[in-house]
Amino acid sequence: MSDTSHEGLHVPGYVRDHDTHPSLDFPFYKSTCLRHPKRPLTLLPHMLTEITAPVLGEDRLGALDHDLTRQHEEEPQGQRIIVHGQVRDSDGAPVPHTLVEIWQANAGGRYRHTGDNWPAPLDPNFTGVGRVITDERGHYRFVTIRPGAYPWKNHQNAWRPAHIHFSLFGRAFTQRLVTQMYFPDDPLFFQDPMWQSVPDEKARERMLARFDYDATEPEWALAYRWDIVLRGREQTPFESEEEVLEDDE
Amino acid sequence: MSTHPTTPSQTVGPYLHIGLPWPDGPFAVAEGTPGAVWLRGAVYDGAGAPVTDALVETWQADPQGRFDHPDDPRGAKGTPGFRGFGRCPTDATGSYAILTLKPGPVPGPTGEQAPHVDVSVFARGMLHRVVTRLYFPEEEIANAQDPVLNSIEDPRARATLIAHREEGGYRLDIHLQGEDETVFFDV
Ligand SMILES: [Fe+3]
Repeated sequence: MSDTSHEGLHVPGYVRDHDTHPSLDFPFYKSTCLRHPKRPLTLLPHMLTEITAPVLGEDRLGALDHDLTRQHEEEPQGQRIIVHGQVRDSDGAPVPHTLVEIWQANAGGRYRHTGDNWPAPLDPNFTGVGRVITDERGHYRFVTIRPGAYPWKNHQNAWRPAHIHFSLFGRAFTQRLVTQMYFPDDPLFFQDPMWQSVPDEKARERMLARFDYDATEPEWALAYRWDIVLRGREQTPFESEEEVLEDDE
Repeated sequence: MSTHPTTPSQTVGPYLHIGLPWPDGPFAVAEGTPGAVWLRGAVYDGAGAPVTDALVETWQADPQGRFDHPDDPRGAKGTPGFRGFGRCPTDATGSYAILTLKPGPVPGPTGEQAPHVDVSVFARGMLHRVVTRLYFPEEEIANAQDPVLNSIEDPRARATLIAHREEGGYRLDIHLQGEDETVFFDV
């Protein structure tokens, strides 16, 4: 071991995954114009603050946060669905005990939000907000209704494909991810800047849930599976050095 | 090594408020905690207009420079009642406010890092979060030796990361774009 490894505190960082993500500057999505930094980003080496994150537990959850169809007196309008999957890192390791938060429009494509007032009805029985913690194998599961598409003003006759907003913490600050889950065979992708902001076609498909017949519940709900992959660890030179030493012994 | 490509980021959109804010989000410590300070500021766009639909999140060490997290090689050790994490949506003036404890210095690979808070900003019109750091104005000596601050050559740019002292705590405005553009990090 070198002296510097005694003096300083080396920790394994996380793999950088720039190729996956949209650029902050994406003119087709008009609101990016005044909201993207114009100077190049400064490289931040991963140190203790970046490889840790809040450990959030079951105390963040309400009793019915996993089931968006049971949060009111009656059931919401729309098609009841199960949305489930596994959260893993890019090495394939499950990400257990991590908070997953979702929010979405109702079956008619309207959010329960003061800023959303397009002429589609609100549903008194649907809030559109859910939270779960992944289990020890990184699995999550929600019951909800299939959200509707909705119009917005980005371009002439703009419509968002049906989607569910997801927010994940992972186990490190570097793994924090906010994203959207889409449904297979949606006809609206061709004109959606959010979908198209992801440069790689294959990466776009990773935002797509798949219909999961095996997970459907007969006479009750259709199911979709969506697996989410967060960044994995990279080896530091220090770690490899240690491994070499171990191998030698 | 990495065999599974990651899931792309997408914007939080304009309706994040139904899903993300928590009643206790702005309180990394409870009100009335001795030593608690407010981190306040506003988020501005490239036209200088306040960003009224952003979400600001903070993550930091406790006053001893420790993290209550299993990956801290010194052992998970926190301060009781201190979450280290704050989350606050911006209001009609673009402002956020997070009540926390000032962090202690944190070890880095080449010596100590000055006390700092990692800050994420999410908003409509942002397809990915941006990340910056908040440093403290009274830590001149530690700041002068901080490896991250020292990686920024332009003193004006470096100054965008240093909060200002104000009544009850500190202030750091965040400029997404423009002449005063904040330094953002590739994490
Ligand atoms: Fe949406």
